[in-house]
Amino acid sequence: MAELDRIRWQCRRGLLELDLLLNRFLDRELAGLSTEQMQTFRELLDEADIRLLAWVMEQEKVPGRYDFLIGRLRQV
Amino acid sequence: MAITTRQFDAVVVGAGGSGLRAALQLAEANLRVAVLSKVFPTRSHTVAAQGGVSASLGNEEEDNWHWHMYDTVKGSDYLGDQDAIEFMCRKANEVVIELEHFGMPFDRLDNGKIYQRPFGGHTSNYGERAVKRACAAADRTGHAMLHTLYQRNVRANTQFFVEWMALDLIRNQAGDVLGVVAMEMETGEVMILQAKATLLATGGAGRIYAASTNAFINTGDGLGMAARAGVALEDMEFWQFHPTGVAGAGVLITEGVRGEGGFLLNKNGERFMERYAPTVKDLASRDVVSRAMATEIKEGRGAGKDADHILLKLDHLGADVIDKRLPGIREIAKKFANVDPVKEPIPVVPTCHYMMGGIPTNMHGQVLAGHDGGAIVRGLYAAGECACVSVHGANRLGTNSLLDLLVFGKASGEQVVRDLASDSIAHQTLPKDAADRTLERLSRLDTAQSGESVAEVGAELRRTMQLHCGVFRFPDSLAEGVRKMNEVAQRAERLYVKDKSKVFNTARVEALELENLVEVAVSTMVSAHARQESRGAHDRSDFPNRDDANWMKHTFWYKEGNRLEYRAVNLKPLTVESFEPKARVY
Repeated sequence: MAELDRIRWQCRRGLLELDLLLNRFLDRELAGLSTEQMQTFRELLDEADIRLLAWVMEQEKVPGRYDFLIGRLRQV
Repeated sequence: MAITTRQFDAVVVGAGGSGLRAALQLAEANLRVAVLSKVFPTRSHTVAAQGGVSASLGNEEEDNWHWHMYDTVKGSDYLGDQDAIEFMCRKANEVVIELEHFGMPFDRLDNGKIYQRPFGGHTSNYGERAVKRACAAADRTGHAMLHTLYQRNVRANTQFFVEWMALDLIRNQAGDVLGVVAMEMETGEVMILQAKATLLATGGAGRIYAASTNAFINTGDGLGMAARAGVALEDMEFWQFHPTGVAGAGVLITEGVRGEGGFLLNKNGERFMERYAPTVKDLASRDVVSRAMATEIKEGRGAGKDADHILLKLDHLGADVIDKRLPGIREIAKKFANVDPVKEPIPVVPTCHYMMGGIPTNMHGQVLAGHDGGAIVRGLYAAGECACVSVHGANRLGTNSLLDLLVFGKASGEQVVRDLASDSIAHQTLPKDAADRTLERLSRLDTAQSGESVAEVGAELRRTMQLHCGVFRFPDSLAEGVRKMNEVAQRAERLYVKDKSKVFNTARVEALELENLVEVAVSTMVSAHARQESRGAHDRSDFPNRDDANWMKHTFWYKEGNRLEYRAVNLKPLTVESFEPKARVY
């Protein structure tokens, strides 16, 4: 529970676009993630804001390990 | 109640551009510096700055600081203090080149010098023609700046308190500031960070508006802390708006859309800009377009079930043009407006993005004790968007925000170094009740079994600001807004949070942030209601003109008594002749 709260806070970003998308993701998708996907999501949150946004907006090639999560983020 | 106290020479609240630039100055002078940030420093909102930073380097063509100064004074609609503006424009080259030496990856010319591009409002020879003055790192200037400054701080041994929220300033009987009361989010533990110098660099507060481009973290925490500690807030009625943010989301739709032939419609499908600006129509300047949109909505011709937005139509451009000339727009519209602009119009509203007002300081970052005279609050400094120097006056010139945070981040750091050296001061004794007010606030949240919902009061605050104190302001509406906002402020005194846990309790943090937003919103509404003229970003339907005879003055709002005072604009630069007020036409 505390870990989920930490992740929830770390979805606060420097860019409004990411705040909006990540909060939708938290509400709709987070509960369904496997332990492994959750670990990858934590790593994704450590990435720079502009890179994250470029991946979601399909402006930069997404590293393979993030394919699934970025795909979900594009859908929310 | 026993509370842990830690001592530092200086505490910096906020780790965006200005906080990092100030901290660097302090750490390199071998002071013990603590920098508090709600989020990891490189995730500060400075990352959203794309346009660049201005400096009259003259790398592409002739330019000088005096022309830059003229553009800034004119841009400010003559509300900026000309001594501070001269100071900033003269320092621009130094701070930009310094940043280059820190490793900032500026775009370059073939000869190796920093590349410069033209930007709205930048001119040579006092408005004669456009000049190339903006220095940028592609469209990632803010990102590159944050990373450069963060790395440099790590090297200088700045100590970061990441995921910490400052809650209140500590002031003693004499009015000196002795540090902050802060909370570590991971544990919920409250601590006193005692400091000989406290520097607020908490950035903007655009979350007071329902339509805002600001990230969720921009809740004006420094302004709330200052207001609660008896410090005035200056020129809070001045907020910059962008005409086309996605309704309900705030994400910007570039002006390029209208440049490529997109246009605005009201609910009747009328291209209303033809009435407001018959020749240039949808390509009129930002303020003209925003005002027209606000008028359409106010007069009941807004679209949607609440008649609260305008439609931006571009489907007639065709999918090919949209994809080729406006890359990213389709993605933004689909993700944030839930429409495909190839088929449907995008719902848009004028959207807040920058705060010109803030905590009053002189050009050395020292916080002013009041509207009267030059007395300062000892031990307290502010820089960046949360501060009001005032260099932006009633309206900020593009690319001057990044310049502001570099120049005044550095200048305030230098002032702290001077103050701590010359005084060789020891830490003062903390008042016995240093943390009491803060602990009471927290305890009320932690024990309340019922009360007002943070989400509902927050939504009401944002709705009220948007409706009553938006980009174009109507007299009856402002008066009603003041009444409603005082009501919101009262409701915010009874906030209730269901989750009583301590670890990363986001709900509790949001309640504390809302208390800060209330101070920002009340000061904005009250200041806007009182200013009976239109100047820069403050645009009133009942007073359409600038009134230099009566209103060439800065507003100072005090929380105590919810009262206003005024201070004359400083029209006297440091070394050059004053720029006398003229009509601001471009």
